[in-house]
Amino acid sequence: MLTKQKTFEIFDRVRKYSKADESELIVSGAKSSLTRFANNTITQNVSEENYVLSVRVNLDGKTARATTNKFDDDSIRRVVEAAIDLAKVQEPDPDLQPLPDRSAFDPSGPVAARTYFETASIDARQRAEGVAQMVDVAKKHNLTAAGTYATSESVEAILNSKGLNAYHSQTSAEASVTMIADDSSGWQKANYPDVRLLDPRRLGEIAAEKALASRHPKELPPGKYTVILEPAAVLDLVGFMFWDWGGQAILDERSFLNNRIGEKLFGENISIIDDVYHPLQTGCPFDGEGVRRKRVPLVENGVVQRLVFARGTAEKVRQSEYVDKVGPVEATGHGFPIPNEIGEMPANIVFASPADKAQSIEQMVAATERGILVTRLWYIREVDPYEKLLTGMTRDGTFLVENGKLQNGLLNFRFNQSLIHLLSNVEAMSESVRASGEESFDMVVPALKVRDFNFTEVTKF
Amino acid sequence: MKELASWVLNVCNAGGVQYAEARVVDERQRALATKNGKIGTASDAESLGIGIRVLADGAWGFAATEDLTRAGVETTAALALEIARASATVKEQDVQLAPEKSYVDDWTSPCKVDPFTISIEQNLDLLMSIDAELRAVNGVTLAETNLNFRRYEQWFYNTEGSDIHQLIHQTGAGYAAYSFEGSEIQKRSYPNSFGGQWQNKGYELVDELKLVENARQIGEEAVALHTADQCPEGVFDIVLDSSQLGLQIHESVGHPIELDRVLGMEANFAGTSFLTLDKLNHLKYGSDIVNVVADATESHGPGLGTFKYDDEGVPAQCTPIIKDGQFRGYLSSRDTAHMIGLQRSGGTMRAEGWNRVPMIRMTNISILPGEKPLTLDQLIASTDHGIFFKTNRSWSIDDKRYNFQFGTEIGWEIKGGKLTRMLKNPSYSGITTEFWNSMDAICSRDQWTLWGTPNCGKGQPQQVMGTGHGASPARFRGVKVGTAYKGAE
Repeated sequence: MLTKQKTFEIFDRVRKYSKADESELIVSGAKSSLTRFANNTITQNVSEENYVLSVRVNLDGKTARATTNKFDDDSIRRVVEAAIDLAKVQEPDPDLQPLPDRSAFDPSGPVAARTYFETASIDARQRAEGVAQMVDVAKKHNLTAAGTYATSESVEAILNSKGLNAYHSQTSAEASVTMIADDSSGWQKANYPDVRLLDPRRLGEIAAEKALASRHPKELPPGKYTVILEPAAVLDLVGFMFWDWGGQAILDERSFLNNRIGEKLFGENISIIDDVYHPLQTGCPFDGEGVRRKRVPLVENGVVQRLVFARGTAEKVRQSEYVDKVGPVEATGHGFPIPNEIGEMPANIVFASPADKAQSIEQMVAATERGILVTRLWYIREVDPYEKLLTGMTRDGTFLVENGKLQNGLLNFRFNQSLIHLLSNVEAMSESVRASGEESFDMVVPALKVRDFNFTEVTKF
Repeated sequence: MKELASWVLNVCNAGGVQYAEARVVDERQRALATKNGKIGTASDAESLGIGIRVLADGAWGFAATEDLTRAGVETTAALALEIARASATVKEQDVQLAPEKSYVDDWTSPCKVDPFTISIEQNLDLLMSIDAELRAVNGVTLAETNLNFRRYEQWFYNTEGSDIHQLIHQTGAGYAAYSFEGSEIQKRSYPNSFGGQWQNKGYELVDELKLVENARQIGEEAVALHTADQCPEGVFDIVLDSSQLGLQIHESVGHPIELDRVLGMEANFAGTSFLTLDKLNHLKYGSDIVNVVADATESHGPGLGTFKYDDEGVPAQCTPIIKDGQFRGYLSSRDTAHMIGLQRSGGTMRAEGWNRVPMIRMTNISILPGEKPLTLDQLIASTDHGIFFKTNRSWSIDDKRYNFQFGTEIGWEIKGGKLTRMLKNPSYSGITTEFWNSMDAICSRDQWTLWGTPNCGKGQPQQVMGTGHGASPARFRGVKVGTAYKGAE
C-alpha cells in the first residue's frame, strides 16, 4: 500500500519541479480484487494494484490538473509541466481560490478509521470460498447463482504547498448474489469495511428465498400502488437527487432545489444528514481540496435546510443573489478536485430512522392490505430534472402483497415516479441500515412504505 | 514491450498454463471544458500498465499492475496464475477456447491531424466562441462545451505467438445549452447528447462538426422549449433522428446480442437477454427492411468500435446480426463461440484499459441505410401524422432488454407531411421486437451517420467503453408516446 510517508516523498518531488505559485498533489489508488461467478461457476477473477498521482497548479489566477500512474522523476516532472502548460494559456479566473492551508484538515478531528487487516489480507482462495458458499446455497435449492465477491484496500491523500496534508485509507468487502430459477430470480448485496461482517451464505439464502417465492410470476396491470421499497431500492432512487444538493448546482440553475430551499418539500417523517463519520458510513473525511468534511443536515422534517459547498462555491454564492436563499453558506468539505464543472455533492447520506415508530419490512407487509414489495430497481434514469421524475424497472424479486401477506411474484414493472412525491408519500419506515445498490453509491437508508407509486408499464418477465 | 511480454509468458508457461496473454497499454487523454464562459475542466491524464490473463486448470485468472519492472510483471503473472487456480475450485465445466491463428501486425487508426498537436489556446478559443454563441441567446442559463482527445496504444502478446501493436486516436466534441424558467429545466445538445460526437479520428472531426455555426440555433431551441406544447400521450407514428436511432440500436439490439449476457454471465449486474439461443435464425426481430451488422472493420468507418484486432487477438469482423428482419448472429468471444456452434470467435472482446479484463462488447452495431434514395425531409413529407424525436435525453430498458422508454430533448408534431408545432418532454416506449417490426421506412446512405457512444458501462468492476452506431432517420408505426409523464402529477 501507498503509505503516508511515501506521499510526502512524492510531494517533495512535485515541489522540486513545480514553478507554479501553488501546487497540490492528490494521490489515490487501491489494491483491489473481484471474483465474479455465473452459472454456479467462477467466470472472471481479477486483481489489480494501481495508484495515480494528480498535480494541480495555481498560476497567476489560473489552474489546471495533470495525472499519471507513473511515479518516476521524469513522469512527475512531465505531469507538473503539463499542468503548467494547461494553466498558463488560460484567462485568469477571478473566482479561483488560493489553496487551503493546513488548518483546513486537522488530523486530530473526528476519526473515520475504516481499515481492517482481515479484509486487506483476503486472497483468491478465500474469495473462492466465499463464492462457494453462495453456490452451495444455489445447488441446495436447484437454482443457478451469479454474483461477485470483492475486496479492496484503497488510499486517498492530498498535500499542498501551503502545508496541508490529509491521508485516508480504508478497506472494503462486498458480495452480491442473484439466484435464478426458471421464471424468477432473487437478489442481495452487502458491503462493509470489515470482511467479518460479510455473510455470503446468508445473502445467498435470502436471494434464494426470493427466487423461490416469486416463481411463476403473475401480471398485474400498471397503475398507482402502495409499495414497500427495500433499502437497496430506496438508495438507488434517492441517489439521483443528491447531485443537485450543492451550491454550484444552484448557481447553474440546474438543481431541482432552485427556489425550493427552506420549503417543506417532503413529508414530515423525512430527515437526511450527510455524515461521513456515521458508524455505518464509509469514505474519506476530506474533500477534493483537502477540506475536512462537516456533518450537514440536508433535510429536517421534510424541509430542505442546507446545501453543501466547496470553498470556491461558497465564496461565489456569498457574492450572488442566492446568499440569503440557500441557508448557511460555508465550505462544508464536499468539493470535487479542482478544476471541475460540478462543484460539490453530499455522498455520505444517512436517513434518520423514525424516532419510535420504525417498522420492519415484515411488519410493513403485515400492515398492507394491497401493495407491491420491491427488492431492487434497475436502469433508473432522470426523465424530468426539476420535478425529479425518474423512470426505471423493478428486478429480481417483485411481489404482490395482499391481506398482510406476500402472495406471489409479479412480472416486472416500469415506473415513472417523482422523487418529490415519493418522499412526500412515505407511510412507514424501517430503521436505517447500511445498504448497497447498483445505480447509486452506498447509503444508510431505511426501507420505505410509499403510497401511490406510479407504475406505467409491465414487461414480459 | 516484447521483453516485458517474454517475462510474463515465461512465468505462465513454466506454471503450466493452457493459454496466457499480456496487454501493455499506454494511454493519454486530454479533457477541456467550459461552463458559462469559464474553464470547467483543463486536464491531461496518462496511464501505463500491463494486464495478464491466464487460463489454467480450465479457469480464468487476471492480474494487472503499473509496475513494469521484471520483478513487478513476474509477480503479477504469478498472481494471475494463482487466481486462475483459485477460480478452478468453483466450476461446472472447463473453459474452451475457439482456435485462432497467431498474428504479427501493426495498425494505426486513420488520423489526419493528431489532436495533441493542436494548441490548448486554439481549443479554448473554439470552446469560448461556442459558449459566446450559446449565451448570446436570452434565456440560456447554462452553457457547457467540451473537447476530449484520447491516444490509446496497445501491445498484445499471447502464448500462441501473436504480437500485435495497435494505436488508436479518438476525438469527442460537443456542447449543451440549458434554460431554467419557472418550474422547468430544458436542454439542447449538439451534435448529440453524451458530450457530442465521438469517433476514431483526429482533430479533423472537430472541423467537420460545424460547432460554432450551429450554436445559436441550439440555444434558441433550449429557450423555445419552455413555450412549446407538452408532447401528447397516445399511439403515434414516429420518426427518430439518426442519433436517437443509434441509441435505440445500442440498447435494444447491441446489448441483447452480447453472448455473455445470453449465457447468464452478466445476470447479477447488467442482466441477461431475451435473445435465448433458440431464437437464433428463428426470431423475426424486425420488419423486412431492418438490417443490422456488428462491424469492427476499418471499412465500416471511424467508429468507436473500429479496430484491427480485438483484445484477445482476433481480427476485426463484420457479423450479420439482423438480415431482412431475421435474427442472425450474436457478439461472441473465443470462450463462448463453441456454445453457439461457431468455429471461431466473432472478435468482440474489448477491455477499457490495461487494468481490465477483456469482455464481450459492442463494436460498431449499425443499421444499414435504405437502398432507395430517401432524405429526412422526404420521410417526413410521406408521414401524414406523427411525431419527430431528436437528440436523446433519457433512456431506460429492462434487464432482458424487452421493455424500453426513451425521452428526447425536443420533438415536433408532423402533420400533413410537414413539421409543425414544437413539442417538449417527448418520450416513447415499447417492447423491443414489436418496435423493430413496426419500422416501415429508413433513410438512405446520404443521411447515415456513424455515431459514437463513449459511455457504455458493463461488467464488474465496471468498464466504460466506446461503441459505434451507424444509423439513418427511420419511421416506426403505431408507437406508444408520452407515457413518461403519465400519472406523474
